[in-house]
Amino acid sequence: MLANRVERGRYLDSVALMRVSRRVGALAGVEAAAVMIGTPSNKALLREAGLLSADGERAEPNDLIIAVRASNAGAAIDSAVAMLAEKPEQRSGLRTTGSLRRGLDLEPQANLALISVPGAFAAQEARNALERGLNVMVFSDNVSIEDEVALKRLAKERGLLVMGPDCGTALIAGAPLAFANIVPRGEIGIASASGTGLQEVSCLIARLGGGVSHGIGVGGRDLDERVGALGMLSAIDLLDADPATKTLVLISKPPSPRVADTVLARVRQSKKRTVVCFLGSNGATLTEAAEQAMGKKLAADTPSPGRAKGRVLGLYCGGTLAAEAELLLGGAGECVDLGDDQFTRGRPHPMIEPELRNEHIRKALADPGIGVLLFDVVLGFGAHADPAGVLLEGLKGSKKIAIASVTGTEQDPQGFSRQVAKLRAAGVHVAPSNAYAARLARSLVS
Amino acid sequence: MRRLLAGPLRVVNVGLSAFARELAANGVPVVQVDWRPPSRFQPLLTGLEARAQAIEAANTETLRRMLAAEPVLVGVRRAGDLIRELDAERLILHAGPPLEWERMCGPLRGAACGAIVFEGWASDLVAAEKLVESGGVRFAPNHHFGAVGPMTGITTRSQPLMIVENRAFGNRALCAINEGLGKVMRFGGNDAEVLARLAWLRDEFGPLLHQALQASGGISLSPIIARGLTMGDEMHQRNIACSALLLRTLASHIAAAANSQSAARALGFIGGNDQFFLNVGMAMGKSITDPASGIAHSTIVTVMCRNGTDFGVRVSGLGERWFTAPVEMPQGLFFPGYSAADANPDIGDSAIVEAVGLGAFAMAAAPAVAGFVGAGGFEDAVGYTRSMAEISATRNPKWQIPALEFAGTPTGIDIRRVVETGIAPAINTGIAHKRAGVGQVGAGIARAPLACFEQALTAFADAR
Repeated sequence: MLANRVERGRYLDSVALMRVSRRVGALAGVEAAAVMIGTPSNKALLREAGLLSADGERAEPNDLIIAVRASNAGAAIDSAVAMLAEKPEQRSGLRTTGSLRRGLDLEPQANLALISVPGAFAAQEARNALERGLNVMVFSDNVSIEDEVALKRLAKERGLLVMGPDCGTALIAGAPLAFANIVPRGEIGIASASGTGLQEVSCLIARLGGGVSHGIGVGGRDLDERVGALGMLSAIDLLDADPATKTLVLISKPPSPRVADTVLARVRQSKKRTVVCFLGSNGATLTEAAEQAMGKKLAADTPSPGRAKGRVLGLYCGGTLAAEAELLLGGAGECVDLGDDQFTRGRPHPMIEPELRNEHIRKALADPGIGVLLFDVVLGFGAHADPAGVLLEGLKGSKKIAIASVTGTEQDPQGFSRQVAKLRAAGVHVAPSNAYAARLARSLVS
Repeated sequence: MRRLLAGPLRVVNVGLSAFARELAANGVPVVQVDWRPPSRFQPLLTGLEARAQAIEAANTETLRRMLAAEPVLVGVRRAGDLIRELDAERLILHAGPPLEWERMCGPLRGAACGAIVFEGWASDLVAAEKLVESGGVRFAPNHHFGAVGPMTGITTRSQPLMIVENRAFGNRALCAINEGLGKVMRFGGNDAEVLARLAWLRDEFGPLLHQALQASGGISLSPIIARGLTMGDEMHQRNIACSALLLRTLASHIAAAANSQSAARALGFIGGNDQFFLNVGMAMGKSITDPASGIAHSTIVTVMCRNGTDFGVRVSGLGERWFTAPVEMPQGLFFPGYSAADANPDIGDSAIVEAVGLGAFAMAAAPAVAGFVGAGGFEDAVGYTRSMAEISATRNPKWQIPALEFAGTPTGIDIRRVVETGIAPAINTGIAHKRAGVGQVGAGIARAPLACFEQALTAFADAR
């Protein structure tokens, strides 16, 4: 059915009208549509296209013609009128450009390049940034250790800092970078070879009423023999010289002994109080590092859920949290790092898409040998909007004891208390930190 | 190194834009770099860094010449009197880089045959085609004769051509008179109506416009462009303001030069054609870039044009060499009854306006035009101008865009920047029907093929 509606004295730019024409033409049941100003030439076009009715013929050059041929022409015309009234969506005003060089033209005072390009290209981009006098944070992984060493040496020559590669998080001068939590500024400076380690310690410091001056990530391999803590040593130099930092916290998975000696020798030269947390040596935990730095203890207010038969299985999104928990379980169970490459090939990291963990939970629920399930729930920028909600989906119908800790702050987009309350309401035992959670789990089965 | 922790933090974010939004939300100044894998021509670009000083000096001179131009519309004369070769032989000039008949698209062939009939070289279109196939005419690009033409850009000896003089350098450039909308030769139209209008332009309107321009002492174009930009024109798809400004300036001179009937026809013709100024702007563009060409070591583009088959680029430091690649299909919106299936590939010399920083480069001045691609709003218009600034060497202080805090239009396309960023120059364009004689079926945006700039860069790296 052909129908025209004429709106008297309405002018709209022809481009706006052509866009509406195209959208109306794409509606179901619409054979052809055109919205045009009623000039003689436009009317001729409509006539040739078989879209001009007697109503439209009477339109004048200052009128708007809405013409449709459709099974339900009235509805199509109403849609067109609604589209004509729409206001365009606002875009974010992010300044965007196509190359690092042009980026520096737009922000000549820039002092940091945050690089998250595919690993094969990350080293070259980082080198470009260093050569242009920028400090660098390399979020990308899959950068060769040779490139890592070369970048860190170049940075040292230029008096610059390289964070990473595979540096998931940092807090610089109060600004969260990549996967970071919103932590108040304070007097504790952190240098960490572990992303989730830095997140856990900075969040616990916040929970204990403190704050962080800077959290410098150095990449998970920095204390490897081949890298020789080039990043950690630079970070210590920076924090040592930083007037805002009063206490240093150093975090790493077990370093090579020679590299550990180098770092500890550097620490002894510092006049600042330093807490060293090398996981796996002397039973150090992230929780104790935060507690020592703050000089007070977290309130261990989780009531014991009773005894359980079987083993503990920890299903983790954060790699360092998994490693810490496994050490603390001391043979009472094991922890799986679901962020490991073998689980994430072709899929987002479970901190972004925690549904990945629910597949493993389903298998664990069916396993009678497992008595206690242990989880981390990591909040902050970049993390899932409701990781507790996703975890509870996976635990639906579970009879097993579930213990979790939440790495996050009140100011994080997900809200620490809201996530904790949600878990507790569903019967999950929430411990004050990952170390407390792991110890609690162990106590139930031993 | 100290300044990192002493703050304030200022970040260039290369890669995931979510990280830039996070920083912006936390009040950290940040620039987002939309990263793409490096061009395979990166080694050439790196190699050219050794010549950076010579290139910068050459580009400074190229840009100085472009920005110092003083284009003035001075008159209208018969094409054969302006380009002697047109009278010496049966020569047909066309848009774009050189192209033989066998590879010409429908509208270009249609317009060429129409022009043959118009010149009286054949009695009808069939005979015209035979004449071409027997080698009875020669084809050459407008650009080889200091001229430009929109869409098919057909120029033959008896057409009236407008003359723009660049008074800063003493050169001149030529372009035919815009025929108006509908069935017109520039879109391949060639029927009796089209030829009758061309005859009127030749016999009445052209001479009258010439007299009016002579009486006016010439119309300085740069100020008209400056005002048009503040009135929502970008001088390619939208020339409403500039056409009106030109008409306002010409009206009294036309009235004085003609009897009332021909004056009424002339004024009505200009007043009824929103795109009348386009051809004036094109001749102006050519008059600006000609003195800026042939400067050794300069990487600035002086010509972009299309013939419906190939896209052609010329670069200042590479003189008159053409760098060509197959043209792309414009993306846009279509008149009722037409669709993308009817569209002819990109065609016309009009991209000369982009080469001087107008058209898509000035899109932020004309948000109404941005809707021709996708969900266009003001932000999209600004986005076009910003991304064209990425590949441009400077901004034109004379031509400012109010909505960008009066920033100048991005000017002087640098082939190094195009190849490095992978950003192809955008061109605002009309879309012709692929069959001769139908005419315009829509309007949209085309991209210059990157291959032209890659070839030019390769040649530039080879040249010493």
